[in-house]
Amino acid sequence: MTIEKQLRDGGLSKSDVANLQRRVFLKRGLSLSALTLLSGCDITNTGPVDGLLRLISRMNDGVQATLFRSHKLARTFPESMVAKEFRFNAQYGADRIPIINPATWRLELTGAIADKRPWTLEQLQAMPQSSYVARHVCVEGWSMIGKWGGVPLRALLEKVGADTRAKYVMFRCEDPINYSSSIDMASALHPQTILCLTYADRPIEPKFGAPMRLKMTTKLGFKQPKFITSIHVTNDYPGGYWEDLGYNWFGGV
Amino acid sequence: MNAKNDTVILHTRVVRYAHWCWALGVIILIGSGWQIYNQEPLFGFGFPSWLTIGLGSWEGAERVHNDIGLAGALLWHFAAMWLLFISLVVYVIYGFASGHFRRHFTPIWPRQILSDITDFLRGRLDHRLGTRNAVQKLLYTGAVLLMILMVWSGLVLWKPVQFEEIGVPLGDYEGARYIHFFGMTGIVLFIIVHIALTALVPKVLPPMITGKAPRSAVAPEALEQQS
Repeated sequence: MTIEKQLRDGGLSKSDVANLQRRVFLKRGLSLSALTLLSGCDITNTGPVDGLLRLISRMNDGVQATLFRSHKLARTFPESMVAKEFRFNAQYGADRIPIINPATWRLELTGAIADKRPWTLEQLQAMPQSSYVARHVCVEGWSMIGKWGGVPLRALLEKVGADTRAKYVMFRCEDPINYSSSIDMASALHPQTILCLTYADRPIEPKFGAPMRLKMTTKLGFKQPKFITSIHVTNDYPGGYWEDLGYNWFGGV
Repeated sequence: MNAKNDTVILHTRVVRYAHWCWALGVIILIGSGWQIYNQEPLFGFGFPSWLTIGLGSWEGAERVHNDIGLAGALLWHFAAMWLLFISLVVYVIYGFASGHFRRHFTPIWPRQILSDITDFLRGRLDHRLGTRNAVQKLLYTGAVLLMILMVWSGLVLWKPVQFEEIGVPLGDYEGARYIHFFGMTGIVLFIIVHIALTALVPKVLPPMITGKAPRSAVAPEALEQQS
């Protein structure tokens, strides 16, 4: 996210300002980069080098799928370690957080699913719930421990007759940037992959994706979209918001 | 004596290939690692962007990745990790199997290290091709161990859940972030010393490229080891 965008979008917290100061410092350092070959040619962002790097990234998707153990549960922690104030992280400012009416919210089901009738929040809440205290790891490097609860995605996929031999599950979101992401079916069926409705035993707040977000322990944060309004099961590579911008698709941890 | 006998193989093919794989791979990993660090610094400083790899240009990063350099740096980092990982695995297996470690890295006695440092400071430490003094043995052993530590902590950062078990001794994900940082610091210090010493004794450089050295320049005890 650029500084200009953050300023335009407003809604800056104290830590955002510290962040901005850091980024301004980094940007100043960058003016020197015009002198260096690597930066000057911009080979990272365009051309054959970028193509090669993205190819290796796709190969790393395959390696990560091999390393993934479907029965390996992430470590869980005592409730005393749950962060009271979880970090807000989005591509838009706090003033653009969507407020979704839970009464009219619907979860659309598309693709290789037998029963495509949309779900209401009450229906999701009526399903057996599961929760855990685990570590959330962001691609930026930081991590935090939280407690998330909701409906195991596997339970929903089985109930609606989704083809669990399909390769991908894609999520579309109702937020200012039309966020989307997709995961492999093996990770989707993992026991700690849930359609998250609660944080620390209370309904998740709008800034964390109310009324429903994806929460899983086996992938990075950007693979766990907020404000989900649609689930799509498919065999065609669906990509996603950050994935299309060059972030590794598998994003496993 | 024919021309062939005038030169000896000082560094085997595996050692040379591994060396230059590390030279390239480690520099890409450090440069991209600094850019990744800048996204979420552990300490109160960031690395100057012009020293990092992966940002490309500020405008390019925003246009292509909509970020401030993280995506490009991650692409570089997770490509170069294969260069380091594969060359290190091949080298370590070779090092044990061929006797390379036994011959060149051991023994390392503290007393020998002290006397070598004293000699170096007095300008009396002579470098003869094919031999390694105790300080060199310590530095090279340390560099290889540091690279192993970087691969280890890197695996924990990449896969804190799948590789949870090997992360426990490093303090899990958050501990591994610090170990990865300090391991990088150690490698940067090694590179500075390594390049400075090569500049002081430039005759050691050609054999690391061609593998060969003139027989007359090589220490007698190193020639015996060849056979």
